[in-house]
Amino acid sequence: MKASKIRLMEVCGTHTMAIAGFGIKKLLPKGVELISGPGCPVCVTHQQDIDRAIEIAKIKNVIMTTFGDMLRVPGSKGSLEQLKTAGADVRVVYSCLDALTIARDNPDKKIVFMGVGFETTSPTVAAAILEAKKRKIRNLLVLSNFKIIFPALKALAGSKKTHIDGFICPGHVSVITGSLPYEQIAKRYKKPCVITGFEEADIITGIKCLLTQIKERKSRVEIAYKRAVQKKGNLKAQRVMFSVFTLNDAPWRGLGMIKRSGLSLRKEFTNFSAEEEFRVKVPRVKEPKGCLCAEVLQGIKSPRDCRLFKKRCTPQTPVGPCMVSSEGACAAHYKYEK
Amino acid sequence: MKKTITLGHGSGGRLMHQLIEDLRLQLSNKILDELADAAEFKIGNRKLALSTDSYVVKPLFFPGGDIGKLAVCGTVNDLAMKGAKPIYLSLAFIIEDGFELAQFKKIVNSIKQAARQAQVLVVTGDIKVVEKGAADGIFINTAGIGVIDYPASLGVKAKLGDFIVINGGIAEHGMAILNARENLEFSSTGIKSDCRHLNFSVQRCLKASKKISMMRDLTRGGLATVLNEIAQGSNLGIEVDQQAIPIKKSVSKMCDVLGFDPLYVANEGKFICFVNQKDAPKVIKVLGKQARIVGRVTSSHKREVYLTTKIGAQRILPMLESDQLPRIC
Repeated sequence: MKASKIRLMEVCGTHTMAIAGFGIKKLLPKGVELISGPGCPVCVTHQQDIDRAIEIAKIKNVIMTTFGDMLRVPGSKGSLEQLKTAGADVRVVYSCLDALTIARDNPDKKIVFMGVGFETTSPTVAAAILEAKKRKIRNLLVLSNFKIIFPALKALAGSKKTHIDGFICPGHVSVITGSLPYEQIAKRYKKPCVITGFEEADIITGIKCLLTQIKERKSRVEIAYKRAVQKKGNLKAQRVMFSVFTLNDAPWRGLGMIKRSGLSLRKEFTNFSAEEEFRVKVPRVKEPKGCLCAEVLQGIKSPRDCRLFKKRCTPQTPVGPCMVSSEGACAAHYKYEK
Repeated sequence: MKKTITLGHGSGGRLMHQLIEDLRLQLSNKILDELADAAEFKIGNRKLALSTDSYVVKPLFFPGGDIGKLAVCGTVNDLAMKGAKPIYLSLAFIIEDGFELAQFKKIVNSIKQAARQAQVLVVTGDIKVVEKGAADGIFINTAGIGVIDYPASLGVKAKLGDFIVINGGIAEHGMAILNARENLEFSSTGIKSDCRHLNFSVQRCLKASKKISMMRDLTRGGLATVLNEIAQGSNLGIEVDQQAIPIKKSVSKMCDVLGFDPLYVANEGKFICFVNQKDAPKVIKVLGKQARIVGRVTSSHKREVYLTTKIGAQRILPMLESDQLPRIC
């Protein structure tokens, strides 16, 4: 598929919101289009994984903890927020270390941390698990839905369904991963990659670097966020992450199963696994009828193309994940675009 | 699932507005229908303002104030926004069994001080104690009554061409509370609630200009939500300039880290004044160094608010949908 416009994908949800918030799209030349990618962790969390969290939160003596964004995400029958209103003990935490404190303070309860996120988040969760082990806190359980971003980027870069001329790569994730993992995307798929931060000047610089590469017919990895990102990344964080987690195949909402794109607990940490502890079975679910989130996440469709957008699907009554997450493409579109 | 009232209904956004609108339709009368911060009516020849508010803050004590100070200032400010001079307050407590007496005394003491500073008298009150678990520590309700001496009463509508003046930096209360409630490690930033009474600032504005159409304090839902309410209520457009909106660096950075938009974060000592363009500098002068002109009322894009971003792009500034939640990364 070849598009008439130059299409740049901002991979990260925080970029999506920042671009909309600063009004950057309105200042771009007409021939340049920005499309949102799969880098909003809430958006790509599979409905089945949310259903599982909801089922676990219903179990007696469980305190379910999670990030604020996850609270309103609808599973196939309601959200954690609705369950909380109905009386379940569901708490918002700012990091897994908060869950660890709750675990310490409630030794007779089982504290489950529903973890979603990319490389930015998982090292801190790994650190919390190591800390729990050290302090012999045995009632902290992690429901791991963590993902790593590169397999998804590769899938998109190689996809025939959508046309992407370059990637605006996430600053946060790259602080941990460094710029090296992008090399394959730039070389093998000939897609320029620019890592950048979240201030208006960072994003505009990132776009300029991408356009220059496209003009010069180059495809390299550039760091436009040198104050935070290095080539090799944060090696200590990577070590901590992989000392606790291992790669597995994981389902991505909208993108399907992607090989070695998820993180599950290593064998020696299975006593921290909420999945192992509760072994809750949830039925397979289909995407809600008419919802185009899957296409939106791949940059194939825009939120506006969706018939549910702004009608049945609003931030108050979200149908798909891109509307419920505050950093989702549909929420950004709803909030900022007229 | 049964329909229920959720926390989102209390956050000052669209959900709450729907709930209030349903309530207004049930109880509709001429005074209530104005939906102002305080009701305005006449008894004899005196124009009076009446307002009530309940306070349920967590934690009860926070940098910059506590629930007692809040309960006085909040109601005083609601009266002040109508141009009224607050005179008397009522004070009612709902207290959970087991609440520490020392804390109660501390709260009462701060009520005393706040009332003295705002020059209002607490003239009636009530105490109810409920079973453990039936309340979260302590809830306070205050109602206040004030007199309106300003000749042309302050309305609930802005006028075309009005300039919008704010009295200082936004988002301080909301972030201070969040910091204290969640034990986030931002305490070194010195972020404090802006909780304070505004009646004297308001009186100074009213003295400085006879061309003020309305005022509003910026509480739940923040600046953006209040501007949207006014654009809709006035059937006019509003344009604001992001660059001009004052915000302390520490507050802005805390918002960045948590993914909060400061335009939607609560304040307890900030208000906006809609004043004729020519008189705007007079209002700024009496409000002091932190005051800024942040926008103006337009005839274009009626009932909507537009923001000119720091890089010069214009985008819609919508109403808050429901509570802001901290993001994942």
